[in-house]
Amino acid sequence: MRSPEGPVRSETLILRRAQDERRVEGLAPRRRTVTMTPDARAALARAGFSRRDFLKTSGALIVGFSAAGAAQRIGLAQRGGGARGPQVDARQLDSWIAIATDGSVTAYTGKCELGQGISTAQLQLVAEELSVPIARVKLIQCDTSIAPDQGTTSGSQSTPTNFNERNLAQAGATAREALVRLASERLGAPVNQLAAADGVITVKGDASKRVSYGELVGGKKFSIPLSTTAKRKPASEWTVLGKPVGRVDMPAMATGQFEFVHNVRVPGMLHGRVVRPPAVGATLVSVDESSVRGLPGLVKVVVKKNFVGVVAEKPWQAIQAANRLKATWTPGVGLPSHRDFYDYLRKQKPSRDTFVVSSKDVDEKLAQAKEVLKATYLHPYQMHGSIGSSCAVADVQGDKATIWSPTQSAHPTRSGSALLLGLPVENVRVIFTRGSGCYGINGADTVSYDAALLSQAVGKPVRVQLSRRDEMAWENYGVAFVIDQRVGIDANGTIVAWDYEGWSPTLGGRPGYDRPGNVITGQLAGFEPAAFTPRTPAPDPGGAFDNGGNTAPSYVTGCVGGKCGGTGTVRSERVLSHTVKSHFFTGPLRSPSRLQNTFAHECFMDEVASRVKVDPVEYRLRHLSDARLSHVVREAAKAARWEARPSPRPDVRRTGIAGGRGISCVLYEGDNGYAAMVAEVDVDQATGRVRVKRIVVAQDCGPISNPDGMRNQLEGGALQGMSRALGEEVTWDDQKVTSIDWRTYHSLPLGFEVPAVESVLVNRTDVEATGSGETSITIVAAAIGNAIFDATGARIRQVPFTPERVKAALDARIGSSALL
Amino acid sequence: MAVTMATISLTVNGRSHALNVDPDTPLLYVLSDDLELRGPKFGCGLGQCGACTVIVRGRAVRSCVTPVGTLNRADITTLEGLGTSERPHPIQQAFIDEQAAQCGFCLSGVILTAKAFLDQNPRATDPQIQQAMSTVLCRCFAHTRMLRAIKRYAQEKA
Ligand code: FES
Ligand code: FES
Repeated sequence: MRSPEGPVRSETLILRRAQDERRVEGLAPRRRTVTMTPDARAALARAGFSRRDFLKTSGALIVGFSAAGAAQRIGLAQRGGGARGPQVDARQLDSWIAIATDGSVTAYTGKCELGQGISTAQLQLVAEELSVPIARVKLIQCDTSIAPDQGTTSGSQSTPTNFNERNLAQAGATAREALVRLASERLGAPVNQLAAADGVITVKGDASKRVSYGELVGGKKFSIPLSTTAKRKPASEWTVLGKPVGRVDMPAMATGQFEFVHNVRVPGMLHGRVVRPPAVGATLVSVDESSVRGLPGLVKVVVKKNFVGVVAEKPWQAIQAANRLKATWTPGVGLPSHRDFYDYLRKQKPSRDTFVVSSKDVDEKLAQAKEVLKATYLHPYQMHGSIGSSCAVADVQGDKATIWSPTQSAHPTRSGSALLLGLPVENVRVIFTRGSGCYGINGADTVSYDAALLSQAVGKPVRVQLSRRDEMAWENYGVAFVIDQRVGIDANGTIVAWDYEGWSPTLGGRPGYDRPGNVITGQLAGFEPAAFTPRTPAPDPGGAFDNGGNTAPSYVTGCVGGKCGGTGTVRSERVLSHTVKSHFFTGPLRSPSRLQNTFAHECFMDEVASRVKVDPVEYRLRHLSDARLSHVVREAAKAARWEARPSPRPDVRRTGIAGGRGISCVLYEGDNGYAAMVAEVDVDQATGRVRVKRIVVAQDCGPISNPDGMRNQLEGGALQGMSRALGEEVTWDDQKVTSIDWRTYHSLPLGFEVPAVESVLVNRTDVEATGSGETSITIVAAAIGNAIFDATGARIRQVPFTPERVKAALDARIGSSALL
Repeated sequence: MAVTMATISLTVNGRSHALNVDPDTPLLYVLSDDLELRGPKFGCGLGQCGACTVIVRGRAVRSCVTPVGTLNRADITTLEGLGTSERPHPIQQAFIDEQAAQCGFCLSGVILTAKAFLDQNPRATDPQIQQAMSTVLCRCFAHTRMLRAIKRYAQEKA
């Protein structure tokens, strides 16, 4: 949508709401000359493509390289600037699927593997639709020269985008139907007499009449558009998709052979190191190059506005040079007190105000209610904190650039880098190469810019890996939140009005196609972050109900413009959010805003249930209108052997270890995956230490592509969410971020008492597939908070639930001193 | 600012190398940049996460904070020195069988720390294993599967 190249929109693409994470899969033009990493090349070679195949036949693969080997990487950058190729059109089947002479299949996708298992799932999808063994399918992902532009791999959107009746899934179905039609002509048998299996089409009942895919189209183009009517295989016939296929990359990862971007080596490659400002908002006064003169291996000190870096022959040399380089900076802008930050956040002006929903009768209904309950929830800035600090390799020579980048946004990074480097976008190629798990916008985009700027300055390929501090102190954090909740309840204890007001800070974000200043490197190099546009008061909600940020709780009707899109029964509803300017860069962190909002909604729902003395499962079900959401709540409760009774438990003791359970649920993004969770905890009331013993999560994400992959995501999400809930918080002093390593930012290590995580998968094949990478993480903080309350009667309304904070809440229990 | 170079001999995954390097260089850079090995990774450079782990004399060592000069003539095993995709080491096989990773970036730390510990403490209890893994990080939080894989390897050894 925002491509400067005026993307063509395919009729097979659905337009989803414009959302921070969402991009319409616009299609950018593609160049004809490409190289790929040795691994990708080897994959193609295994798939049976020869160089001539590329040159002559494939609509998607047009490759001008000769020999394999790393030298090609260089060759590409030097030679790659030929005339722009024709626009590759994602409406064309050949842009997605190619079949080689030996019948092996290559699929092209713009949704890339970040560790979430999507490459294996996409291989399963293509293998299934084409009736070939998975081993005969190769996947090329997110190389701007040869893969379709599907925007950003994020927001749990890969499954909805590529596994329903459009894009990659539809390409598979189109290809199969085309092959069957061709076989029908070749074999002189009607289409309904043919069966495809193992890459061969046979006449039913006469196995001697057969033709293979390779014989039908091998090495040639299909030259047909994606069909809108081609029928996908029904789930009842799936033999590969829907099965717990092991990750294809697992053996290489487990044996240390996998090529991460950190392992990319190109001939003549140098090593860069950036020098970031010592304080937020500090600007460069001067750099004293004599401070590093004569250091071994030093190639160059690079300064571009406030961007400073060094390039050396070896990484250790670059690190030493960067450490010694004397740079003088202005003082920073000064930061608000960390201790009083939430008050500061709430009072920030100006703000941008948005009504997600407003029935305009909330004040009246609250005034009439039997009782009004309110509570405030606080959530800190948190970071992605990738285990590997971010890394990229760039080769910028003359007016051509190639960037090996772990970005989630290959095509946008291509455009952003072109702006940063002052090059025409068609001269820039981004080759997605896997990095450390990112969970959103970690340092991947910014380090790609770092490498590009440093490479441009020396005219040689440069690899940059950030230091731990540079990764942590300058990434785009998941945002802090202050959330005020209020409900009115009637004489029956039913909620009659829900009032939400939230504040969160913002600065920058994903750079998209045209905002390199949305991350630190772009800003240092002179590009502005996206402008903050205040808006007060909030206009009435327009269009349809959009709960993409889960800003509205599950329990409201979500009525906008006469149509109700919510999952609940509460008709009197007001959901008002304020964004204000952040001092730190912010951006999507796994379940952005949805996690923070859901923490507040699901804890508050528990508080209300407790107030009216109703079992929290029962109370939720009473206020839900959506059958699928209610179903996962029941499934989670059933699997956990939930004992129906109000919280807190009747026999709460004020000392010793106290055990309890809590529930929470969400329809992720308002339309992208149903999940419910039960957590069981023990609270040590002497220390405030919380031990999570068991987590049960039930999920309905439509048809399941790979149940083991889904479980892996649910487990990882639950534990990552637990780490965030119990210990993670970005801290700062009056000048700079102080969470700069694993001693100052607390991630649960492998050695903590890991709870059992049980997942209940609801497989529904009669609905569209939705995402499942961010469901469990969204609900875990509330499930734990509610379990702590159930165990002890103490309510924790601030993340993280550190022992000190839990202890303070325990001590604050009414009457607790008398009982101790 | 002159740096004194030294010749260091290392045996890495059974191959010997003689390297002319600044002896203060952390071993990690020698392995990943001079020898272009993919197993050990830079995670933090501070000895806090485990991503750079290698095995030296049977012990898990964090190569990011170990100057190469202290390891002259040492025998070093990296993750790729244990086994290959085709013939994985039993602990690697256990991780494959349990599908015990997401991004896989942390695996040198997880697998080699567990292996070194279990090889020296074959009868380790669950709490002891937990203790041994207490400074290893996985930010994808594949913990449940990883601990299962580690226990599977422990049982197979026992
Ligand atoms: S990279 Fe060595 S411990 Fe983190
Ligand atoms: S699998 Fe990604 S950090 Fe462990």
